[in-house]
Amino acid sequence: MRVGNVAKFLVVVAVIVLGFSYFISPLTTSIKQGLDLQGGTHVVLEAVDTPEAKVDEDAVRRVVKIIEKRVNEIGLTEPIIQRQGDRRIIVELPGIKEPEKAIEMLGKTALLEFQDESGITVMTGKDLKDAKAEMGQNKNSVVALEFSDQGGKLFADLTTKNVGKHISILLDKQVLTSPVVNEPIPNGKAVITGSRSIEEAQNLAILLRSGSLPVKVDVMEMRTVGPTLGQDSKEKSEKAFSIGIALIVIFMLGFYRLSGFVATIALLVYVLLLVGSLKMLQATMTLPGIAGIILSMGVAVDANVLIFERFKEEYRSGKTLRAALDAGFSRAFNTILDSNVSIMITATVLFILGTGPIKGFAITLGLGVILSMFTAITVSRYLLRMLMQSNVTKNGKYFGA
Amino acid sequence: MKFDIIGKRYWWFALSLIVLIPGLISMALQGFNLGIDFTGGTILDLKFASPVTVAQVREVLVDHRLENSVIQLVSTDQAETSNNLFIRTHVLSNDESQILFTDMEKRLGAFEVLRSEKVGAVMGSELTQQALLNLAVVCALLIAYISYRFEYKIAVSAILAILHDVLIVLGIFSLFHIEMDSSFVAAILTVIGYSMNEAIVVFDRIRENLKTHRKTESFQDLVNRSIGQTFTRTIYTLLTVLFACGSLHFFGGESTKNFSLAMLIGFLSGAYSAIFNASPIWVTWKEYDERKRAVLKTGGSK
Repeated sequence: MRVGNVAKFLVVVAVIVLGFSYFISPLTTSIKQGLDLQGGTHVVLEAVDTPEAKVDEDAVRRVVKIIEKRVNEIGLTEPIIQRQGDRRIIVELPGIKEPEKAIEMLGKTALLEFQDESGITVMTGKDLKDAKAEMGQNKNSVVALEFSDQGGKLFADLTTKNVGKHISILLDKQVLTSPVVNEPIPNGKAVITGSRSIEEAQNLAILLRSGSLPVKVDVMEMRTVGPTLGQDSKEKSEKAFSIGIALIVIFMLGFYRLSGFVATIALLVYVLLLVGSLKMLQATMTLPGIAGIILSMGVAVDANVLIFERFKEEYRSGKTLRAALDAGFSRAFNTILDSNVSIMITATVLFILGTGPIKGFAITLGLGVILSMFTAITVSRYLLRMLMQSNVTKNGKYFGA
Repeated sequence: MKFDIIGKRYWWFALSLIVLIPGLISMALQGFNLGIDFTGGTILDLKFASPVTVAQVREVLVDHRLENSVIQLVSTDQAETSNNLFIRTHVLSNDESQILFTDMEKRLGAFEVLRSEKVGAVMGSELTQQALLNLAVVCALLIAYISYRFEYKIAVSAILAILHDVLIVLGIFSLFHIEMDSSFVAAILTVIGYSMNEAIVVFDRIRENLKTHRKTESFQDLVNRSIGQTFTRTIYTLLTVLFACGSLHFFGGESTKNFSLAMLIGFLSGAYSAIFNASPIWVTWKEYDERKRAVLKTGGSK
């Protein structure tokens, strides 16, 4: 037995184990969590054609801008607004309390119109400069409008012409208020009454400030995960992950002994690398993503099983430990390559064609396959060599053969 | 390990059929329990402060003209009441669900929305199309890759074995009416990847053994020997993926239950088909070709 080599091996193992236990928890918790884990709402909106307005590239771009503005005005934290394909917009709102109300606001066209008594639209929301919710004179909630220079003139004109008559203010073709004009209003200001609460007035003000959507927008899909369920899923996945890894480790130690121990160490390196690269890629951790990680652990171990089985065969055919090890690695390599390429093909197709959660699964699986090839081949081999060089034992039994 | 899998291959094929046929019949007769991801609709996962019964919830739903909804209590024992339940119904508008929630809270007490999902019918049919497209592309690419690394007969045999696994998973999901959602597509594709992997390991060994092949050894023996040499590996690997997937199924959250179940079934079937279907199909095909060639030869010499 060469004490120096044994010490070297033990130091490397200790460094890996310590590194793993030190980094794994902060790394995992610092990865951004998907809505299914932290709770939140995922919405898919689609711009649709109407007789009045057809959808085109410019319209969709403007819709994205306006929705961004609305989300920010509502004051939601860490929202994601993303365009998908030609006409779709994905909105993700983490930790939102009343998703129904928020979504309703996002998808509202919010076309403001001012009509004279004969129902002719004289001006629209485009002529506004600002809109604010205020408490009116009779303690009712109103939205105070401030017109742009152009709008102010139009409004002065409208009110001048319609003294003593009704004018109507409409939102999305529905009359909000229909006051009688007492006198011309030249100062470019107006109020909309009729809001039932200050909250409603605030929402209306937000909509008016952010402008009206150029085309109609439909809610195609909406998924909300409450914070309780998210927390529950997270805890359960963590548990499943630990139990899975424990079972694999027990199995590897039981069947492959020292080699199994080395494979376990390699597995730790693998998990750490995987989590680290997910962090660097700024990937979002979702439930399917966790499933992908758990599965790729199976793939990682599989590479070692292939090598160790080969090593066993070679050793039994009379080779020395070292020679059997090298033969095991080189012979198993082809198989590992072929099998990993076929999983990579699946992962790549899922990544390119899949959407949302399936994409997340594909990322962890694909990344896992690449990294596991590295750890199973390089790390395991390096450690096993070191172990064999230290001559702890010449008996293949301890290496699972 | 020594086996005679090839010699008894028709028994193994028969065993596959016994499992496949009920599933196929079920698929034809009762189809699948497709989740809202495929069909469109609304799912609500609600947790009430005090236990409720299905009848109570239905009463509320009927008043909102949602009598066609499916209500499912979540309870470990067969209790009639539970705090937690699922409601599945058609797509509700925002107004509709807000009115429903208000009314429900008034009549059944406070509750928390654990999860609510609404999927438009268009999204559902897109998912189905996308799933089939994914499946077709994956299969085509795998056939291409295997044909390039091995030969096309091996590629086709492997794909047949994979198809067997996919049908078994689909069959069992149909038979027991287990709900499928979008993650099912990912599960099936993973099963395909795994099953391919398993078949390749065996074929890889056959390819290697063919290089050092002795004339005295028959083709059947060679394949049997290759299967035997990879048998331990196949079982060990199956065990590790079952450990990983099983812990996800039994200890993971509700939302990954069916996902991991599909993979559990698929992995078991994948390991089986890699040993008992893939290379036996290939051998059958090869022997059929050889017989045809022999017939042609004798026919030509006459």
